[in-house]
Amino acid sequence: MPADQLSRAFAALADPTRREIVRTLALGDATLVELSEPHDMTVQAVSKHLRVLEDAGLVTRSRDAQRRPAHLEAEVFDLMTKWIERYRREAEQRYQRLDALLEETKPKRGAKK
Amino acid sequence: MSQSFETEFEIDKDVPLVRIIREFAAEPARVFAAHADGALYAKWIGPANSNVTIDHWDCRTGGSYRWAITREDFDARFFGSFHDVRPNELIVQTFTFEGMRGEVALEKVHFAATGKGHTLLTTTSLVDSFADRDAFVASGMVSGVTDGYNALDGILAS
Repeated sequence: MPADQLSRAFAALADPTRREIVRTLALGDATLVELSEPHDMTVQAVSKHLRVLEDAGLVTRSRDAQRRPAHLEAEVFDLMTKWIERYRREAEQRYQRLDALLEETKPKRGAKK
Repeated sequence: MSQSFETEFEIDKDVPLVRIIREFAAEPARVFAAHADGALYAKWIGPANSNVTIDHWDCRTGGSYRWAITREDFDARFFGSFHDVRPNELIVQTFTFEGMRGEVALEKVHFAATGKGHTLLTTTSLVDSFADRDAFVASGMVSGVTDGYNALDGILAS
């Protein structure tokens, strides 16, 4: 998955309605109608949000002609988690260097200020 | 005696902001100095296996900075302004990677004393859009943009 798609995935989840849809889909596949009811939205509005999630690779819709339930792509979320973890590790390494520096420059006990 | 503290990292859901929170076993004055003194800053800002050189450094309200990361295969420069510097408390600064002129992050570094003579450091970076924020984070920020994308590609391919 290229970086711009990863960025699209995060951007898609910046919207609270789409996060709600994702939460519902995490419980199981659902159709447009099934998604519109609990979220008090029109089928058209849900459809629009689903398209954004699909474009971001977060959701797929099966070819099942009648129902076409939406399905959450769990692997994409795994990648997003890995990516955040990698960034966190970089910050951690940077701060471990700062720990070391603070230890090095520590005033000696009993030394005059 | 090695004390290890957890680095908390949040990407904000509502605004394009990254927040990093970390405790340090030193009082705010010393953690502040490690951010405000260019020579000290160059020693830890990293990344690993690279050299940080300070071209210009004037850490006071209204001052500015420019520094560079050099590595065998890689070279990157960053510059910005110190918008507001309150000793041992707060640094507000802008941050731009010279490879992406026109893009700017607003960074706030808070230094808070904890009860034990430690410091709780909170750093936030705010950018223009969620797409920018995520590209910014994907780049590993100061680890270098191209470098970060190469590494990210590797991780995503594995």
